[in-house]
Amino acid sequence: MGDLWSGLTQAFWLVVTLDKELVEISWRSLRITLSALVLASAIAMPLAAFLAVRRFRARRAFIAVMNALMGLPPVVVGLVVYVLLSRSGPFGVLGLLFTPTAMIIAQIIIIVPLIASIAHQSLRDLWQEYHDLLISMNVTQWQKMKTLLWDARRALLTAALAGFGRAIGEVGAIMIVGGNIDHATRVLTTAIALETGKGNFALALSLGFVLIALAVAVNLAIHWLGRTEREGRW
Amino acid sequence: MSDMFPLKVTGAETTRRGKRLVGPIDLTLDGQGTCVVIGPNGSGKTTFLRLLHGAARLAGGEIRWSCPLEDARHDQAFVFQSPVMLRRSVLDNIAYPLLMRGTARAEAREAASNWAARVGLGGMLSRAATVLSGGEKQKLALARALIAEPKLLFLDEPCAALDGRAMREIESILSQAAASGTRLILSTHDMGQARRLASRVVFLLHGKVHEAAAAEQFFDHPETPQARAFLNGDIVE
Repeated sequence: MGDLWSGLTQAFWLVVTLDKELVEISWRSLRITLSALVLASAIAMPLAAFLAVRRFRARRAFIAVMNALMGLPPVVVGLVVYVLLSRSGPFGVLGLLFTPTAMIIAQIIIIVPLIASIAHQSLRDLWQEYHDLLISMNVTQWQKMKTLLWDARRALLTAALAGFGRAIGEVGAIMIVGGNIDHATRVLTTAIALETGKGNFALALSLGFVLIALAVAVNLAIHWLGRTEREGRW
Repeated sequence: MSDMFPLKVTGAETTRRGKRLVGPIDLTLDGQGTCVVIGPNGSGKTTFLRLLHGAARLAGGEIRWSCPLEDARHDQAFVFQSPVMLRRSVLDNIAYPLLMRGTARAEAREAASNWAARVGLGGMLSRAATVLSGGEKQKLALARALIAEPKLLFLDEPCAALDGRAMREIESILSQAAASGTRLILSTHDMGQARRLASRVVFLLHGKVHEAAAAEQFFDHPETPQARAFLNGDIVE
């Protein structure tokens, strides 16, 4: 209980005094996670729309695999990305291991199935509603996908926020591919793991509270920008 | 006169899970006036319209337009019994078909604004389409279908569940569309509406064309006992 209270007060002072290291780590966490989120959404949402409107032989199996990948173990993802990016791996020449880019790649692999699966649920329901109309209008597959993505934009925001939540709290994969290097790849979650290992529970807790506050703030900001939960909106 | 017509339907049928829903149907439709499809519940009116429109799979027979199929599909529109509203504003719903055809956004929105005014929705352009009343939704669906100036418009019971006033407004829009050269093929349960709008009647029973004739001839001198019974309001088995 003492550690918890101490963590809270320390978190408060770290934030109030705008601790230089905290700001640096928080900014890096946010930058990496939002980059991964934007890129993952750019992959996952068109994929979800494609799966909603297009019928092909292996579609059901593809969707089942995609849903299963929502539970992809981050440590395994980290290991695979590590092997691919390591000096002896196929992409070793790019020199990406232990850089924020490697962390972004790992996060993208983790959250693409999650965003795609949640987005697919919403788009599939909307497609059932729109099917007859869009077929009767003779629109192209690409136009159908664009229509679904635009009209379901608020539901897709939820999918994106789920991806954000998963990515910002991720530690296993980014610890492996990022290396938790001070002033380079250290982010809030890896810093928490490090401080816990050193026995600095109060500092670890304070970083944890900052992480939670950051996640809540970003969620609220996106909700506000997306104008969800407002009367007369979809 | 549209170059899509005459439309020749020969032995057309559609099935679902091996069960025949409609057909075989043999029918020729010319390019003038309004064709009203009537028949009891379950006679296949909606499926018949969808089959002609290409929204239901043709399991057998042939539907031949007097122009290439792609052109025929391009020049058609369909208004459903329960109008589907895109999750957009009234203006964006009406402009949608033009935008999909590559019309510039400003031009499409201006045309949509004009059409909204024509169907009595001019005062609610920015309102969400999903919150409109049933009659307003149907008017929006009509404006959205007519904005692309189709040569043929299918309407599946467009006035079902609407009150007399809304029905009169819809019929007025339909009459204007017909007068400006759009061929209408509509299904209805309302015999009053059928008499007001039809120049030709197709009476469906058990998924087949039981009788097809000019409207006056059909309503005054139906040939079959089933058609007579249907017009008298009797139950037709």
